[in-house]
Amino acid sequence: MKKTLFALAATTAMLVAGAASAQDKAKACFIYVGPIGDFGWSYQHHQGALEMQEALGGPDKVEIAYLESVPEGADAERAIERFARSGCGIVFTTSFGYMDATNKVAAKFPDVKFEHATGFKREHPNVATYNSKFHEGRYVQGVIAAKMSEKGVAGYIASFPIPEVVMGINAFVLGAQSVNPDFKVKVVWANTWFDPGKEADAAKVLIDQGVDIITQHTDSTAPMQVASERGIKAFGQASDMIKFGPETQLTSIIDDWGPYYIERVKAVMDGTWEQHDIWHGMKEGHVVMAPYTNMPDDVKAAAAETEAKIKSGEFNPFTGPIMKQDGSEWLKDGEVAADGVLLGLNFYVAGVDDQLPQ
Amino acid sequence: MGMAEAILLTIATAATPLLLAAIGELVVERSGVLNLGVEGMMLMGAVVAFGVALATGSAWIGVVAGALAGMAFSLLFGVLALTLVTNQVATGLALTLLGIGLSGMIGVAFVGQPGVKLEAISIPGLTELPLVGRLLFGQDPMFYISILLTAGVMWFLFRTRAGLTLRSVGDSHSSAHALGIKVIAIRYMAVMFGGACAGLAGAQLSLVYTTQWIENMTAGRGWIALALVVFASWRPWRVLAGAYLFGAITIAQLHIQATNLADLAGLPGPLYWLAGAVKSVPSQFLSALPYLATVVVLVLISRNRRLTMMNTPASLGRPFVPDR
Amino acid sequence: MRLELVKRPQQSVLFSALSPFIAFALMVVAGGLIFLALGKDPVDGLYAYFIGPLTEVWSLHELAIKAAPLILIAVGLSVCFLSSNWNIGAEGQFTIGAIVGSAIPLYFPDLQNAAVLPMMLVCGAIGGAAWAAIPAILKARFNTNEILTSLMLVYVAQLILDWLVRGPWRDPAAMSFPQAPAFHSWAIVPELMPMSGRANWGIVFAVIAAIAVWFMLARTLKGFEVKVIGQSPRAGRFGGFSTARTIVFAFLVSGALAGLAGIVEVSGAIGRLQPQISPGYGFAAIIVAFLGRLNPLGIVAAGFVLALSYLGGEAAQIEIGVTDKTVRAFQGMLLFFVLACDTLIHYRVRLVRPAPAAAPAAGPTPATEAAHGHG
Repeated sequence: MKKTLFALAATTAMLVAGAASAQDKAKACFIYVGPIGDFGWSYQHHQGALEMQEALGGPDKVEIAYLESVPEGADAERAIERFARSGCGIVFTTSFGYMDATNKVAAKFPDVKFEHATGFKREHPNVATYNSKFHEGRYVQGVIAAKMSEKGVAGYIASFPIPEVVMGINAFVLGAQSVNPDFKVKVVWANTWFDPGKEADAAKVLIDQGVDIITQHTDSTAPMQVASERGIKAFGQASDMIKFGPETQLTSIIDDWGPYYIERVKAVMDGTWEQHDIWHGMKEGHVVMAPYTNMPDDVKAAAAETEAKIKSGEFNPFTGPIMKQDGSEWLKDGEVAADGVLLGLNFYVAGVDDQLPQ
Repeated sequence: MGMAEAILLTIATAATPLLLAAIGELVVERSGVLNLGVEGMMLMGAVVAFGVALATGSAWIGVVAGALAGMAFSLLFGVLALTLVTNQVATGLALTLLGIGLSGMIGVAFVGQPGVKLEAISIPGLTELPLVGRLLFGQDPMFYISILLTAGVMWFLFRTRAGLTLRSVGDSHSSAHALGIKVIAIRYMAVMFGGACAGLAGAQLSLVYTTQWIENMTAGRGWIALALVVFASWRPWRVLAGAYLFGAITIAQLHIQATNLADLAGLPGPLYWLAGAVKSVPSQFLSALPYLATVVVLVLISRNRRLTMMNTPASLGRPFVPDR
Repeated sequence: MRLELVKRPQQSVLFSALSPFIAFALMVVAGGLIFLALGKDPVDGLYAYFIGPLTEVWSLHELAIKAAPLILIAVGLSVCFLSSNWNIGAEGQFTIGAIVGSAIPLYFPDLQNAAVLPMMLVCGAIGGAAWAAIPAILKARFNTNEILTSLMLVYVAQLILDWLVRGPWRDPAAMSFPQAPAFHSWAIVPELMPMSGRANWGIVFAVIAAIAVWFMLARTLKGFEVKVIGQSPRAGRFGGFSTARTIVFAFLVSGALAGLAGIVEVSGAIGRLQPQISPGYGFAAIIVAFLGRLNPLGIVAAGFVLALSYLGGEAAQIEIGVTDKTVRAFQGMLLFFVLACDTLIHYRVRLVRPAPAAAPAAGPTPATEAAHGHG
């Protein structure tokens, strides 16, 4: 009896101590699908985490913990639960494949906040979802590509036919054809997010087929390097890849998660965190264009103007009239695509000469 | 540069690491040893080559370091499989696992760094020749090394006394031992040669193919190299053919994807229809083509039992313990 | 001075028992050295790796979740490896098992009763066995190298899964994302003790499979046949056993267990079919099979040890900040040590000085074929 009481007291003391330390020091935890050194998706999330820690007072105020290369199978649930148990106040799960696992663990730990990137499931009040409008940057790239390309053909290295990628191809083509209605895009599906060898092969094949601009929706820097060896121009992806192609990179779409992580971790510290589903873009600073380089001033100006219009909300890349690839009407003149439709987008707009894998 | 020439160059770059690793493994297997650790040795070669090239600024020093790293790593296999006669299949797999982990640990600092490229050669007057100039006189040095190694291995195995000795060790280690041949010593040398070749293949990946280090960047090429050796029924020139065939299939499926139907509008009706049909095949099936082709070719080759038996080293994978 | 092996007349009972412990001790020493080299406290590191995960109940559940597929696959592989059939493609058989088993709830969504799950498990096993039958028949019929065909089929299986979940089997409610619809509650492998964690019946299946295969190998004629053919095909044929039949049998058992592991994993631990369902269980199980010395009961223990190294690696990543790559390196080293120590069972190792030139020549006796090797 005495023993039990003692154990109970000890446990209570520990709990109290734990709660106290949790109050003066927040702990934010991150689960990454790739290595943090991928220079793409996971790298940018980690940069955002570091930026957040810095902005909120450094390691004394916010502790961060992370797991990299967590497979999207049964392991994800364990990794998330481990974080929930180890005193994390908020857990960011940064890949679509963690959706079910995030919601399952959230049910067991109502006091921990969960933030799932790119998903749509919020089964519990402690789960929020967030994503960015990367396609806004793709439209700007399209404008630049059409002005820079001599042959009027760009190569597009795509990962998987999911809405985000399809949206990107559509926005790129719309942007390019707003400058040159005859502009063509050649799409290669690499069926991978990250395989430098395969991405390099895809880039070489596209260049062999005569494209003179490369853009990619895969994460490695290999296409940038191939483009620079072959002396053509290319766009970076996810991070600023300028050091892999100082003479090659036109610009890059940078995923800047820092502002969002600062806002959300601060909300947890202040006790004002609430569930939401956000999809922000250039306006909120979640999608940032790397400096416009390796292009003449008039192209720079056109790009900056397009960027400014999107940023101010004056222009939305998916504004009608837009036809679908099969010729039927999608958006009437002046009509703007609804977010819900875009987030499940599974068709091409007119002008894309590729068959969407189904 | 014409398109056909450009495509051939791309295929050559894709085939070279396969050829380098496979030609080394061929010698290993001809000596009667099955080392399944090619993938691990390639990764060690790739990471060391990249790191050394980055530190010294010289891609060539990187290449040498990569080969040495592969060789040193293969010694680990040698000590276990040859001296301690452990199961060769399991030891090779362990080597691959260790290689993946260790190269990842070594390479943490190199991730995200632009590397040093091993530049293509250029011979004034020859490289600019139309059609064949770039193909014959304008590729990266690893291409020439891979071709020379293949020719060298062919000559060594079938034209020299040492080659005959090596093959006899692979065919019957007991008889070779009875004749006074140092079986274990010869096998050690073969394993080290294989390691060096795998290291070179890794160096090609991190210094030529993509000038960067990424963990696990071999992405299964070591296994393809192993398949090529069997595919070639242990003949060097067939390894060369196999590597280029595999490279060609890999690149071809990307070309199919990148070719838009509008590009083909000029084709006659049936051909255009055929192109449309090929284009509508899901990309996953195109990606599976090289693997399926490997299986089919393996079957075709092994069907001919007599031919296979003639070239298969009879002692392959069997441990040998000398009787003092 | 050089190292020399002398074959023992009989297997050493002492070293049979000691070898796993020696290997583990070497592993701990080497692991400690690695932690030192990385600038970490070796005691903290080893504690986080090998003991920490065992101190919490939920973590023990996770251990069972992780060990179940490893054990199921490795038990099947032991039959293959003992008969000298090098099935390297269990990962593909796992994947096809998951696909075929999932077809039941996907094609018959209205079928919601207690019969669904058993049907799924049977279909999973059949799917895995069918995929394994390809390299088996190619080897038995055409003498095609099974290491390579089974491995190539891994890539093909993964691409089939990828195509299915992005194409025909995609959940219409998933906003065009690649995943199949979630299984209904009848199609899910039940949890053993839902109150304390999510371990499911998979681990029970694994242990049952291990006992059944152990019995088959140790006590039945079929088991004898498998082992005889594995050690010496010629002796096997002399004894009236068919090599071809044994090849097919070994692959079918191994494929069925891998397929079962696949369907248990998607229906139990994941809950739906999705592009990535395995972090390489089929390959890790090869280590488990050798770690357990190809003995199904040893494999149960080995499965838990390897599962521990995954969980421990994750804990070490968080707690002491080593990278996830150390896990792979540790696993490779562990396998090296186990293989090296097992040499002691069959051989005496001794150091010899170079013999003086005048020593009597031993004469060209035929070399000893190492009888224990399975290659």
